[in-house]
Amino acid sequence: MTDATGRTKARETETDPERVSTTTPSGIEVPEVVTAVMTGRPDLEDPGQYPFTRGIFANGYRGRLWTFRQYSGFGSGEETNERYRFLLERGQTGLSVALDLPTQCGYDPDDPIARAEVGKVGVSLSNLAEMEILFDGIDLGGISTSFTINGTAAIIYAMYLATADKKGVARDKLTGTIQNDILKEYVARGTWIFPVRPSMRLIADTVLYSNDETPRFNPISIAGAHVRDAGVTATDEIAYTLANGLAYVDELTRRGGDVNRFAQRLSFFFYVHMDFFEEVCKFRAARRIWAKLLKERYGVTDEKALMFRFGVVCGGSSLTAAQPYNNIVRVGIENMAAVLGGAQSIFTCAYDEAFQIPTETSAEIALRTQQIVAHESGIARTVDPLGGSYYVEWLTDRMEEQIMRVIGEIEAMGGAVRAIEEGRIQLMTAKAAHRRKRAQDRGETVVVGVNAFRNPGEDQDFGEVFRLDPALSRRVIEKLQAVKDRRDGKAVSKSLEKLEKAAARDSENLLPYLIECCHAYVTVGEMVVTLKKQWGEFEEPIRL
Amino acid sequence: MSLRGKRILIAKPGLDGHDVGAKVIAMALRDAGAEVIYTGLRKAPEMIARVAVEEDMDAVGLSILTGSHKELAAETIRCLGELGADDVPVFVGGTIPAQDLPELKRAGVRDVFTAAMSIDDVVAAIDRAIGAQETGR
Repeated sequence: MTDATGRTKARETETDPERVSTTTPSGIEVPEVVTAVMTGRPDLEDPGQYPFTRGIFANGYRGRLWTFRQYSGFGSGEETNERYRFLLERGQTGLSVALDLPTQCGYDPDDPIARAEVGKVGVSLSNLAEMEILFDGIDLGGISTSFTINGTAAIIYAMYLATADKKGVARDKLTGTIQNDILKEYVARGTWIFPVRPSMRLIADTVLYSNDETPRFNPISIAGAHVRDAGVTATDEIAYTLANGLAYVDELTRRGGDVNRFAQRLSFFFYVHMDFFEEVCKFRAARRIWAKLLKERYGVTDEKALMFRFGVVCGGSSLTAAQPYNNIVRVGIENMAAVLGGAQSIFTCAYDEAFQIPTETSAEIALRTQQIVAHESGIARTVDPLGGSYYVEWLTDRMEEQIMRVIGEIEAMGGAVRAIEEGRIQLMTAKAAHRRKRAQDRGETVVVGVNAFRNPGEDQDFGEVFRLDPALSRRVIEKLQAVKDRRDGKAVSKSLEKLEKAAARDSENLLPYLIECCHAYVTVGEMVVTLKKQWGEFEEPIRL
Repeated sequence: MSLRGKRILIAKPGLDGHDVGAKVIAMALRDAGAEVIYTGLRKAPEMIARVAVEEDMDAVGLSILTGSHKELAAETIRCLGELGADDVPVFVGGTIPAQDLPELKRAGVRDVFTAAMSIDDVVAAIDRAIGAQETGR
């Protein structure tokens, strides 16, 4: 039962190599053949036409390929800057900043709770000086930058604007995205800080400010990726995400936002896992549902505001630590599904990403995968090449029905905000994770190298392992101390005082105050402590 | 296999927000008869140790996916020792490279589980560990 290292060994289940599953992971029973009659869609609208089943652009990827956006970041500004230059030299077309957990949760690196995590899963960005190092030599007006940041999204966005200000880049030139989707953090990703209601306010502040100041920037990326990776099905991934999307639309409308305007800047983010046609069809269904919801419920008239734009990540929990090179194949298949589903930006995970920060070699293979799909496979040549396939149209319809049913269930709970405050979506996600794991354990879902097709005596580990410099945490703290020593103490306390007062007034947009703090080299932790004084902290509802 | 009457603390030390593994194992241990307390996210090792002692836990399971397992497991075990509870077995689950196992074992971790293992195997390993300790008393 145990291997040489004393760890209990994984067990191989019995897999029938002849068996093909007849049900999709979302539980849709698939007929042996889908015939023309069964599709019932002889007159599907063209790409670029409402409700955009076949894509939001009439010319697909001919106008512009998707953005190759590899999520990366580790250590501090210097290390990550070096990795960005490495990726850009090799043809990456957008940046995607991974931040470490202290930055995401609002703790400075010198906070005792942060020590073990500084620079581990992303770059440590505690203040403007660190971000200036991060983007040193990179033209912020010439490249789009995405930040996977939520609890502290408003602060990191403010810091990005302050960085652009200091570099002399006009704000209206900035393109990119902040994830800024707190609702799914309460469910799956866990980097919440404040209670739900003030968090929703902060998001609305960011979106409304961005619409005016950085009109080409996406101030929110409503994400299903994390609940998906946590264990829910493709249809639930879309349903939970669109339900959250509706909650943001409601909040922004309540705050006086014009849905025809702000909806143009709402973007989405999903995982692509391995069930190829489900993955393609979920995006076709999601585009159609979102356009219909905005038009029918909110009376949106501007076509651009009805367009469902999304980025994806390929890999995640579909990757395995066992037989890790298999992950290259998985990501290749997922990458194709993302393109056939019409993604605007794609991140392909590295084959070792299931267990570590990718090495330069594995990061390069992940990027090359996208380049091979884009430039060798020919699938981007014409828009929605799968459109009109009997199976694809049939499955898109079935998934649409299932997604709408789940959105209805969430609305019956009082909407996404209430369902999350009560811990109901969290419980549904945990149960789904339990079901998925049990199905894998029983061999009902085959995972090659894990529960099937294992080699005798196979080692679950691999060669080259990326290691962070163990002295990193100390170095980051020293850099932070140096910034604190040389900044203007009066400007720090004055800007924090103004922030605190503004936070107490619900009607005030906090962004100008956060930007002022960033310019004064106030740290993320200092801003968060100030806001916590006003708003308190989220208390996790624990239901199992 | 039964863990009936056993009390197990499932904890998330540090800032890691990935709680699926912790929740899945908590559900499975409860199904196997154990009384399970799940701490929720972002708990300091000393808080986890204190709860383990105050609630008279038979075992502690730490779920860590950020790469900080060595620091956080060692710190939790140290805190348990300070409270005179070094006999409470500590398990670690998460993204743990095999090469880190010797160091974790030296630090006092009883066993390590990864996503590649079946739920039943994890539950069985915990069952064996707690059972063995009982007969040894």
